[in-house]
Amino acid sequence: MSLLKIVRLHKDFGGVIAINALDFHVDEGEIVSVIGPNGAGKTTVFNLITGMQAPDSGEILFEGETIIGLTPDVLTGRGIARTFQNVRVFANMTVLENVMVAQHCRTSKGAVSAIFRTAGFRREEEEIRERAAEVLSFFGTRLVGYRFDQPAFMLSYANRRRLEVARAIATQPKVVLLDEPTAGMNPSETREMTELIGRLRDDRGITVVVIEHEMKVVRDVSDRVVVLDHGEQIAEGSYEEVTSDENVIEAYLGRPARAH
Amino acid sequence: MKLLKLPQQRKRRFGFVDSFLWAVRIGALVFVVVGIFGIPGVAGGPEGSLFKTLSGEGVSGEAWRDLFISGLAQGSMYGMIALGYSLVYGVLGFINFAHGEVFMSGALVSFFAADAFATAGIWESQPVLALGFTILVAMATSTIVAVLTERIAYRRLRGSPRLIPLITSIGMSFFIRYTFRGLFGDSFKTYPAAPGVLEGRATIFGVEILKTQLTVIVVTAVSMVVLYQFVARTRMGRAMRAIAEDREIAALMGVNVDRVISLTFAVGGAMAGIAGVLWALLFRQVHFLTGFLPGIKGFTAAVVGGIGNMAGAYVGGLAIGLVESVGPLLVLDGWGIPAVSQLKDVVAFSALVLVLIYRPTGLLGERLSVEERG
Repeated sequence: MSLLKIVRLHKDFGGVIAINALDFHVDEGEIVSVIGPNGAGKTTVFNLITGMQAPDSGEILFEGETIIGLTPDVLTGRGIARTFQNVRVFANMTVLENVMVAQHCRTSKGAVSAIFRTAGFRREEEEIRERAAEVLSFFGTRLVGYRFDQPAFMLSYANRRRLEVARAIATQPKVVLLDEPTAGMNPSETREMTELIGRLRDDRGITVVVIEHEMKVVRDVSDRVVVLDHGEQIAEGSYEEVTSDENVIEAYLGRPARAH
Repeated sequence: MKLLKLPQQRKRRFGFVDSFLWAVRIGALVFVVVGIFGIPGVAGGPEGSLFKTLSGEGVSGEAWRDLFISGLAQGSMYGMIALGYSLVYGVLGFINFAHGEVFMSGALVSFFAADAFATAGIWESQPVLALGFTILVAMATSTIVAVLTERIAYRRLRGSPRLIPLITSIGMSFFIRYTFRGLFGDSFKTYPAAPGVLEGRATIFGVEILKTQLTVIVVTAVSMVVLYQFVARTRMGRAMRAIAEDREIAALMGVNVDRVISLTFAVGGAMAGIAGVLWALLFRQVHFLTGFLPGIKGFTAAVVGGIGNMAGAYVGGLAIGLVESVGPLLVLDGWGIPAVSQLKDVVAFSALVLVLIYRPTGLLGERLSVEERG
């Protein structure tokens, strides 16, 4: 059974069709890349899966159950996490706090136990802190130590991206949707991120769906590639299959001029 | 000789408005300084409140002390009310003008508890218990009113332009005010006098303070510390700050946005409820219009301190309280203006205008948001 299955999904924005009869599925433990020219509807698919926008018709199944109509916080609880193309960390909270917020739905102690600082509350806070530190150590030494208590706005661009990924992992997802994780990164940072995406699956067992423009990254990480254009799936398969597909080449480069 | 032409900075013309604002800034400063120190050596000119005191014809030293302390007490309550404005502004980005009524509801409803305790004699025999329970009643009332207001009036307007919930809050303010008038009539309710243990003065660090005022200052300070710990250290507090920064992302982190916003209103309401009882303890009389002026002053305090900033709300409250109790005599009396203590509201709101001219973000204000810091 697929972990995530999308059936005849449709979404338009006032006449502009963003997603048109889209079908695709993601199996557990897979790394799937979603590629396509600008405006193909890749990010919209992510918005629909995470409940940030509602589809007009069609079905999204997660672990075999429909998730349409569920709010983002509920979906996070179910195990779907994402990052953004334009990094959106909580800039004025510290690095550690950013990751601690992400554990919100995995914790339960409320206001009353907080005010009285019950043993259970302190234990849970300690656990949250430890788990946050553990998640941040996933990035080697980049986000640990003195960085814990730095507000996120002091981080470099690449570190903010890493923090965003850390935050997504901290929600303890089954599937994580990464929206252009290497955008704006230099080649060595990109290599590092590529390796990291692999480790997400190998070390943590998280299924990954990644939108990516950097074809080298797509080649290195993907088990399978899905190509979108104008909100429709135009090709699907391994990197080699997809990159030699005529439809894909046409979508990216245009139709070759016909000789008269 | 310029080899490299640097991009020229856009020159800002020093226009009429700028010169006017500078005139106001300098004028205000001169007005205050002259009010305090007078113009030495000019006979018949303003004497200055400081020299009046020193020469023994002005306000006495003890009176200054009392003014200062009562300013602190008053200001603490403004700070408590300001918190409600600031928290809601931080999370939702609009001013909840019905907050003064939230404060009033706590003060008014808790009167019945206090009155019952006084009739039964518990007010005197068990003052801590009675006062504690009265405060609980006020907190519960204000919390319920605040949460219901959000649930009924504001939640549906989430996502609409900011002006719409703002106007709605003014409507809610009238609605709550006259609902309470309908429920409890428009007569003044006279709170029982503070229990015997709170009568008279206590000496703290060699300063004699009225015990009621001391109670107010201590209770607000403790509440502030508890609230600060709550927002800074706990899971719900973190969720609140996360929503303040980016509501959409907070939801994606698994935060139930609706619930946390309700909680924000609840916390602001509880603080206003505490302030309501303290207010009644100091001024004894409450009725359905009690919320108006403290509400406006609380809002002023929030702006003066830097809206959206919790510590700022408290500092702003203290500042407004001090300015309105000490200010009239310190500045206006020095100029020889008669009956100055009736001008305390003028002074308080002038202080607001001045803060906005000198430091538009408020005393501690440094409005932080994703867009600005990015």
